[in-house]
Amino acid sequence: MDFDPVTLARIQFAFTVSFHVIFPAFTIGLSAFIATLELIWLKTGRDVYHRLARFWTKIFAVSFAMGVVSGIVLSYQFGTNWSRYAEFVGSVVAPLIGFEVLTAFFLEATFLGIMLFGWNRVPPWLHVLSCCVVAFGTFMSAFWILAANSWMQTPAGFELRDGLAYPLDWLQIIFNPSFHWRLPHMLLAAYLTTSLVVLSVGARYLLAGKFPEESRVMMVMGIGMLAIVGPIQAFVGDSHGLNSAHYQPAKIAAVEAHWDSSKPAPLVLFAWPDEKAEKNLYEISIPRGASLMITHNLDGLFPGLKDFAPQDRPPVLGPFFGFRAMVGVGVIMILLGWIGAWLIYRDEETITRWYLRICSWAWPLGFIAILSGWIVTEQGRQPWVVEGLLRTEDAMSPLAGWTVALTLGLFLLVYGIIFATGIYFMNRLIVRGPGGTLIEPPARERPTRPLAAAHGEGQMTPGG
Amino acid sequence: MEWYLPVIWGLIIGVAVIMYVVLDGFDLGIGILFPFAKEERERDTMMNTVAPFWDGNETWLILGGGGLWVAFPKAYAVVMPALYLPVIIMLLALVFRGVAFEFRWVAMTSRRWWNAAFAGGSLVAAFAQGVILGGLVQGITVKDGAFAGGPLDWATPFAALCGIGVVIGYALLGATWLIMKTEGTVAERARAQAVPLLLAVLALMAAVSLWTPIAFERIATRWFSQPNIFFLAPVPIVTVLVALAVLHWLKSGREILPFLGTVGLFLLGFVGLAISTFPYLVPPSLTVWQTAAAAPSQILMLFGVIFLLPVVLGYMAFVYWIFRGKVREGEGYH
Repeated sequence: MDFDPVTLARIQFAFTVSFHVIFPAFTIGLSAFIATLELIWLKTGRDVYHRLARFWTKIFAVSFAMGVVSGIVLSYQFGTNWSRYAEFVGSVVAPLIGFEVLTAFFLEATFLGIMLFGWNRVPPWLHVLSCCVVAFGTFMSAFWILAANSWMQTPAGFELRDGLAYPLDWLQIIFNPSFHWRLPHMLLAAYLTTSLVVLSVGARYLLAGKFPEESRVMMVMGIGMLAIVGPIQAFVGDSHGLNSAHYQPAKIAAVEAHWDSSKPAPLVLFAWPDEKAEKNLYEISIPRGASLMITHNLDGLFPGLKDFAPQDRPPVLGPFFGFRAMVGVGVIMILLGWIGAWLIYRDEETITRWYLRICSWAWPLGFIAILSGWIVTEQGRQPWVVEGLLRTEDAMSPLAGWTVALTLGLFLLVYGIIFATGIYFMNRLIVRGPGGTLIEPPARERPTRPLAAAHGEGQMTPGG
Repeated sequence: MEWYLPVIWGLIIGVAVIMYVVLDGFDLGIGILFPFAKEERERDTMMNTVAPFWDGNETWLILGGGGLWVAFPKAYAVVMPALYLPVIIMLLALVFRGVAFEFRWVAMTSRRWWNAAFAGGSLVAAFAQGVILGGLVQGITVKDGAFAGGPLDWATPFAALCGIGVVIGYALLGATWLIMKTEGTVAERARAQAVPLLLAVLALMAAVSLWTPIAFERIATRWFSQPNIFFLAPVPIVTVLVALAVLHWLKSGREILPFLGTVGLFLLGFVGLAISTFPYLVPPSLTVWQTAAAAPSQILMLFGVIFLLPVVLGYMAFVYWIFRGKVREGEGYH
């Protein structure tokens, strides 16, 4: 049987990177949330913050493990599947990954040991500090990986020597033209994603009448994040889009399904973009809307897809629908935050059940937005792996098709099992709730407890 | 290009690899020894001895792979496709065993599955690492600076022998780690396991040491030509002496020295391999100089390593110190 290695390798990378991004996005936000809870606990001494921190640490541990193992895979996949890419960008992108290892991975992985297992071994201030270090590590990790990704979108600070990228100015490489919007956009997305999960869990407990004190803290913190950070994210996202319009016009043309640059572009609310016929079917649109958004002028013109040779155009469906899903989720997030804030302001004691019910189903929204945004930005960059410099089809390793098919099958199988089990276990921890810590041994005492206690309620995970 | 930069980077990669082999070696070894524990609480103890460290240990693997990419992108771009299947299988095995650390504690009815995932994942990852090592030592077909061989070139009896060697070696590291970090039945069993494991490691090291100069002319020339033989002869002699010392320490009930001695054996084996292959990163054709990254990249990252790696080593040592001492049965950190 004949396999096309490039297609298979692309499917494999899309699959492994999508699987991976879910977990770091969640743990970036969750580590910051846990660090915040512990800082408040250290300051106020209120036990509810401590219980919440320990509860979320258990879930963090499971999620972090999945992020780590799927991340190690990625660091090798650049070489195994995309060796020509690895060679082409090696002198420019690889050092950014190297700094990620030195300033982020070691930091997270090492202090995670204290965060998970150190409750009884170190004083509270050191534990809180370790949580903050882990949160900082996840931030640094995002910093470097987004510098690398942004460079692939908007390369700068280099020249071509012997057909390979050669570094000229490291500051220009790191702080390349799209980095300053991409980094905050991704970080805020991670914080919002975690806020939605926290909000959702709080709403579930309140609906079930369980853990009222903990749930209230979770609801208030979650709603606060959505109400305040949600609109900031809308602003950052818009700026990021304008930045893309400047540097990656083909991507924006695909996002807006805009074909003909000679007329002002309508804002397409819905359509089925037909790439062969070069037009939109079933279009519902607001005339001149996209021109207003992109150029801030009703008569503004910006490049359409027909301005690019067919082989230089990105696929349209992914960026088009991905963008709409992302923005749709963003609107829902902001509404949830503002309505929640108003409900709390009106009556602090009881939050309406219909609102809780909506919130209880809101947990996947952030993940949907992140994956959609990922499709917009990565598929929108096609057919290039490094914008304007290296085509994806030229970046592939010299591999036999069957080996890529085999490993793709193995990834689907293994990740399928891990994902299903991980979600199942996290859900079990959430169902069990933060109550288990009631039988904690007194703090600051190194326990020599009997085995039965170690396996008792709420003590099942390393995080407990 | 300054001639010494790639040499320094070769050393740094070597240090990263040996750090990885020793540190993740003992926790993979715990996984390999997992099925031999009789009771669930013994397995709990075994896992608890490495639970706070495994994640940091495995980060050295990313530094090794990432460092190779940073400093020698052309070598990275040749080696990874050439050893495609063993590398991917190693990664998938590490996925299974990594999540088992967390899943096992949350699991109730499925715990035995995650025990199997932990043991199986550790075993397969160790074997694949040995195969990767063997595949590299025996040489990779390169044409015009790119991999030009077949997808199964690595699959040789020699690579399989290296695979077995790494599995047994990691098991020995794991056993001596348990002697150091536990007491009672777990430590006693580890001590009993360590002696035959040590003898097997010696036999396998001898087999690889004889096989490589016989099968690969370049390695024979390196070791046995004059005057090399006089400078290099101490390596196997010291190896035998260290092994005898470890055997003595195991018999005389020492707790920390067997582990340190085993680490010494790994270092010596690594030095031997380095002597056999330097200056080739991709034997038998690509040297450290031919595969080096642009000089500014190597210099930038060198500064990163000089300033940041000591900090990393410092806080790693701090965490090992916090979790020092014996792990007693039932005294989980969790």
